[in-house]
Amino acid sequence: MNTVVDNLLKTIADLDSKPTGAYNIRSNGSGAGRRSTENIVIESKKDLPGIDITIKPGTKGETVYIPVVVTAAGLIDMVYNDFYIGEGADVVIVAGCGIHNDGCEDSRHDGIHRFFIGKNARLKYVEKHYGEGTGTGARILNPTTEVTMEEGSYCEMEMVQIAGVNSTVRETSAHLGKNAKMMVMERLMTHDKQVAHSNMKINLDGEGSSVQIISRSVGRDESEQLFHPDAVGNAACRAHIQCDSILMDHAKISSIPQITANHPDAQIVHEAAIGRINNEQLLKLETLGMTEEEAEAIIVEAFLS
Amino acid sequence: MLTLQNISFQVDSPDGTVGIVRDLSLTVEAGKLLVITGPNGGGKSTLAKLIMGIEKPTGGKIIYEGRDITGLSITERARIGIGYAFQQPPRFKGVTVRKLLELSRGEEMSDDALCKYLSGVGLCSREYLGREVDGSLSGGELKRIEIASLMARAPKLSIYDEPEAGIDLWSFAMLVDSFSALRTGSDKSVVIISHQERIIRLADEIAIIADGRIQKMGPRDEILPDLLGEVSDVCCMEKKEAARV
Repeated sequence: MNTVVDNLLKTIADLDSKPTGAYNIRSNGSGAGRRSTENIVIESKKDLPGIDITIKPGTKGETVYIPVVVTAAGLIDMVYNDFYIGEGADVVIVAGCGIHNDGCEDSRHDGIHRFFIGKNARLKYVEKHYGEGTGTGARILNPTTEVTMEEGSYCEMEMVQIAGVNSTVRETSAHLGKNAKMMVMERLMTHDKQVAHSNMKINLDGEGSSVQIISRSVGRDESEQLFHPDAVGNAACRAHIQCDSILMDHAKISSIPQITANHPDAQIVHEAAIGRINNEQLLKLETLGMTEEEAEAIIVEAFLS
Repeated sequence: MLTLQNISFQVDSPDGTVGIVRDLSLTVEAGKLLVITGPNGGGKSTLAKLIMGIEKPTGGKIIYEGRDITGLSITERARIGIGYAFQQPPRFKGVTVRKLLELSRGEEMSDDALCKYLSGVGLCSREYLGREVDGSLSGGELKRIEIASLMARAPKLSIYDEPEAGIDLWSFAMLVDSFSALRTGSDKSVVIISHQERIIRLADEIAIIADGRIQKMGPRDEILPDLLGEVSDVCCMEKKEAARV
């Protein structure tokens, strides 16, 4: 079973061993290891399942790992994690959830993450979701992410669903203060009969704030995806939403980018495209000696990279 | 190296069957550079696609290194040493210039090796290696990366379809030098479809194709004077026509 957990940790957090800095590993609904550092304090919540992660102002160059693994069928795990990133800090947080379900009951993890990013702080947040196992029980992941950004802060979010997740409903929201900048990169792969919904609402409240949302997805087999990103300009701000999806087999994908300007100097753009792999791309890679299947694999891998 | 025997390519149109390539035969010798030129719409690009397997001939045979490859797929032809640089290369989201060149080469490459091929088409900055081959590149940049990728692949038979299209004057000079270098002391064959005199001058042999047929083909020194004369005559006629108007 340890091999299963090790493999999940490697896949979702690129961890081969215990991380050197601060970390909190959650396994089947309970703690499986934790370390705080001088600058990063991880504590259990008193009233709810979950942790508070407090990063001291000015902390630079540290990475926090908070992966979650679920290997028990029938487990419904709900966790509330709050992140307080102090003024002027510059840190990386690596989250992610891997589910291995060999049973016939559903395994589910709902993570509610709230980020409070201080003035001029910088955060890179990486979250990877992955499911595997031979059971008929579904692997369900429903992440909720709420971000509050103070003046001059920067937040880069990389949210990835690698494979194997039967059902996901992703809820992401943010409020950006003056001159705050946010970059959201969402990458999703669904296959078989999986369903993925992703809703985002980014509120640009402060003057000079900006957000770029890039969503790339691949739908295979008979899977279904629904995207609904919404950028709301409440000040002189800039926002750009770009949704691209590759449609394969009999998958169905809906993309509903929404932009709202509540201020005369809000500049908001959206682009959305859904389609099969371009035939010229396949031909080009075939002229390099690849079969059609090899070419498709390369195109999909690069698109989601 | 390559022989086309009575190759035809017809398409159906509302007006009936149209011959794009008509009973065309030619041979490309090992180690030689053949430039195919001629008016637009004459069948040159279709011929290149027929050799690569992107289009299938409606008649005739394609013989490569003594083997009939008429029925082979694009992939199979690529694997036996035929390469093709697209006239209008596709863009790939997420594929970096480095990745494209390495996919083309079939192995990982050092920064120096990658830059050598990019420099050959006028893109010498290492910054290009990490850039994606997507809409952020201009048409000229994309085209030059396409040419560099085929040069990195270095197949036994390279086919370049109008490599000069969309390339600026400065990069064009470097491109001519790179094509010139392909000729020296190699047993590899190169076919370039081009309208540019400086590229045509590099040829060992020149084929003029119009209306789906070879109008003339032979050694450069035999064909080039007539070709330049014809172009000159046409230009003179156009100038006279313009003067009359």
